[in-house]
Amino acid sequence: MDVYRAIADPTRRAILDELVDRSGQSLFEICARLTMKHGINSSRQAITQHLGVLEAAGLIRTRREGRSKLHWFQGDPLKAIAERWPIATDERDM
Amino acid sequence: MRIHLAGVFVDDQQKALRFYTETLGFQLKHNIPLGEYAWITVVSPEDPEGTEFLLEPDAHPAVRPFVQALVEDGIPSTSFAVDDVQAEYERLQAKGVQFVQPPTDLGPVITAILDDTCGNLIQIQEEKPQP
Repeated sequence: MDVYRAIADPTRRAILDELVDRSGQSLFEICARLTMKHGINSSRQAITQHLGVLEAAGLIRTRREGRSKLHWFQGDPLKAIAERWPIATDERDM
Repeated sequence: MRIHLAGVFVDDQQKALRFYTETLGFQLKHNIPLGEYAWITVVSPEDPEGTEFLLEPDAHPAVRPFVQALVEDGIPSTSFAVDDVQAEYERLQAKGVQFVQPPTDLGPVITAILDDTCGNLIQIQEEKPQP
């Protein structure tokens, strides 16, 4: 799964926004935040699929903490974008 | 029709009774021995004649896999209303309660989720005044 396809979807970008806000969330918390803060009312199954795409792209990782499965944002794959199209210093000042 | 009873399945009724009364602060309403188990309900001190909350044994074989699957995805077994989630969070943390979700502002409500030590996740929820 490439990172470009993973972040092409607005629901998946909202998931990443929420995991940046607080890392280590359960599926329930992610769904609650999407519904209440973004008006995204997808089913839990649909969100699970989105999480699978993000995990396959390396943008999130999951770990069992206690009896729950939690999700963390992982930004490393996004570095490849900045490295592929670096922003020149002089460009920034334009 | 009114709702007079709600509840959760618990892995140990006496441990649950201690947690729901001594830690959370509910009051014992009924404790009727029924052989191996008991009919145990608690009520809120703010509404002692209100809805009773049943601490039901999880002895049925379907219960544990069901509750475990909920907990794996972080889904609370039930939700309690509080006036101030942040204050409850601090009060309960000081008593050693584990929270799996700290107070989180979700727009119309603030929620937090705790572990009841008897198998369940429990949400506490504060409704914000509507503008």
